[in-house]
Amino acid sequence: MLLRLAPVLTLALILAPVGAGLLGTLLPAFGILPALGRSEPSLDPWRALIATPGLSTSLWLTIGTGLGATAISFMLAVAFCASAADSRAMRRMERALPALLATPHVAVAIGLGFLIAPSGFVVRLLSPELTGWERPPDIATVKDPYGLSFMAGLVLKETPYLILMIASAGSQVPVRALLAASRAMGHAAPVAWLKVVLPQIYGQIRLPVYAVLAFSLSVVEVALILAPGTPPPLSVLAARWFAGYELDLYFPAAAAALLQVGVVLAGIGLWRGLEVGAAHLGSRIIERGGRGWRSAGIVQGAGLLAVLAGALAAAALLTLVLWAFTQEWRFPDAFPSAWSLAATGRLASAADTTGATVAIAALSALIAVALALGCLENEQRHGVRPGSRALWLLAVPLLLPQIAFVFGTQVVLVRIGLDGTLAAVVWAHLVFVLPYVFLSLADPYRALDPRFARIAAGLGAAPMRIFLAVKVPLLLKPILVAFAVGFAVSISLYLPTLFAGAGRISTLTTEAVTLASGADRRLVGATALAQTVLPLAVYALALLLPSWFRRMRGGMR
Amino acid sequence: MTGTLHLQGVSIRLGERVIVPHLDRVIPPGEVLSVMGPSGSGKSTLLAFVAGFLDPAFRAEGAVLVGDEDLTGRPPERRRLGLLFQDDLLFPHLSVAGNLAFGLRPEVKGAARRETIELALAEAGLAGFGSRDPATLSGGQKARVALLRTLLAEPRALLLDEPFGKLDRDLRQEIRRFVFDHAAARRLPTLLVTHDPEDAADAGGAVITLGP
Repeated sequence: MLLRLAPVLTLALILAPVGAGLLGTLLPAFGILPALGRSEPSLDPWRALIATPGLSTSLWLTIGTGLGATAISFMLAVAFCASAADSRAMRRMERALPALLATPHVAVAIGLGFLIAPSGFVVRLLSPELTGWERPPDIATVKDPYGLSFMAGLVLKETPYLILMIASAGSQVPVRALLAASRAMGHAAPVAWLKVVLPQIYGQIRLPVYAVLAFSLSVVEVALILAPGTPPPLSVLAARWFAGYELDLYFPAAAAALLQVGVVLAGIGLWRGLEVGAAHLGSRIIERGGRGWRSAGIVQGAGLLAVLAGALAAAALLTLVLWAFTQEWRFPDAFPSAWSLAATGRLASAADTTGATVAIAALSALIAVALALGCLENEQRHGVRPGSRALWLLAVPLLLPQIAFVFGTQVVLVRIGLDGTLAAVVWAHLVFVLPYVFLSLADPYRALDPRFARIAAGLGAAPMRIFLAVKVPLLLKPILVAFAVGFAVSISLYLPTLFAGAGRISTLTTEAVTLASGADRRLVGATALAQTVLPLAVYALALLLPSWFRRMRGGMR
Repeated sequence: MTGTLHLQGVSIRLGERVIVPHLDRVIPPGEVLSVMGPSGSGKSTLLAFVAGFLDPAFRAEGAVLVGDEDLTGRPPERRRLGLLFQDDLLFPHLSVAGNLAFGLRPEVKGAARRETIELALAEAGLAGFGSRDPATLSGGQKARVALLRTLLAEPRALLLDEPFGKLDRDLRQEIRRFVFDHAAARRLPTLLVTHDPEDAADAGGAVITLGP
């Protein structure tokens, strides 16, 4: 009975705050906010928005960086997979990548800033010997007006994510045989991958690509660290107005948030159009029969750029570690002159923040895993599979800009007296944690050999016992990995924490973003490092625990 | 145009285990050499070596020549050896004609390209099938399209890896004839790997057996 409710409950938990939040943005965008005694619709919010100085710069910055970062990440990921398809390097990457995915965007962005800033690690390594600089040069390498560093920060995180998505989609088609058949006809392998593998798996990576696009077009926390501030990208503009204390600014903020929705929808529409065009052009190219020997080098070159992006991400994280344990690091010294545990110590003394971060992440991941298991078990017991429409509903929070509904959600939370509570933050996180947990768990759960359950039933086990004694133990690893994925997603969330927490609850991520604009790199480094280490530790546990249990029991392999 | 396919002193090992003992064979144009053996006997390993796909875990000696051209060490895409597998491996995102166009060399352009493909389809009794989705074809039709695609790439020899293994009995005979007739007509030396004695008997050429 209860089980049948799982899918409904899951969708309601996700969609209710999103729906209420969207409504809470839509109405003020047209002048209606009963809480402030405004009930007459008007276009004033839009007039105020349009009158904002620099709005068109904001808009173009948003569009350029969002589309640019997505296009670059996609091309690098595809080029890498085309070049490395079915190689040992690829299989090793597939195991190492989830670790990089667990690293929050904010940590990568802060690390990149530490690396490439005028007073960053790179300049320090080269100065003064090669550059002659005794003081940091006056060049905007971070927060540059074109948003290049902002795009770079996004590309470093999204390229590995897309590579992993492509790799797991690739396991559904016989890549090795397809490439062998193509090469036997004289086609160069990387280009053959583009021609015969990519078209077959693109449908499966469409959702992740759109999610990357929506995220890149609307992210606030990375923009606060790496994007220019005057004028800022659209989402930052809206967040600034929402978070300010001037009630009048809510209206143009809602209008900006709604415009942000329009930008994301238009971006997805444009990408869809490009897909159709690329498919047309692609089939013409394929039917021309070229063997791609010359273009193979270009593809492999782009694939190397993806490796470079990975190395840059690793260097960024290394720079975080350096700063976290620095006592003194004068410019232009290449390395700190004195080390210290003070910053990490200060972090540990702020146990509230770390405690809240872990509690919120663990609770939201736990609830998400329970609900996802409920949905999947319900689907197996009652033989109902969700249509693709239900899956897209699940993905709504990943495709809508967060700024479009977090404010409205906060208004609702205030109304029901939940704002600023742990429960509110956990719920807000669940909206984003659940889709990822479900997507991570669904494939392994459905792939479990159904004969195990049938044999158990034949031995007289009731469905509940089959679930607890057969399925859960057999699927322990994917379940724990799904928990780790949810945990990492929760750790990385910024806007939902900020708004649902109403300033009373802060996590490592909100702390890191707040501190990032300050001067003390040691504390920023320590905070961002903690933010990276926590999800990594949980992920490592998720991988290690099952084999440890097995060794305890012995024999089960 | 076509020459012989020469396996010159080929031997393959995996660690200490000898997978293929010293093998020296010349396959004349239009003839078939059948390699028999149970699964795990290394016959597919031999074919992978000839085609250029040998897993680096194996150690191989000897050479593969077409005519007097040494192919050893070349990547698979530069060998021009036509390969057919047990699965038809038609690309599901391309039409039948699209699949054939993937095989046809790029120098044939425009109208000539379309004609070549239509002609090939017509000769195989598949006239008008160009715009069809491969998924809508019967097993025999798929097998024939797969061979046409391989032949349009103008290989200098054919390598067949249990290509009839998944076909049912009646179809098997028909497709076998179709493949062997085409290979003979084009005077292609053919290396056939199979565990079915009937395949080898029908091929009519020399037979060697690899033991486990």
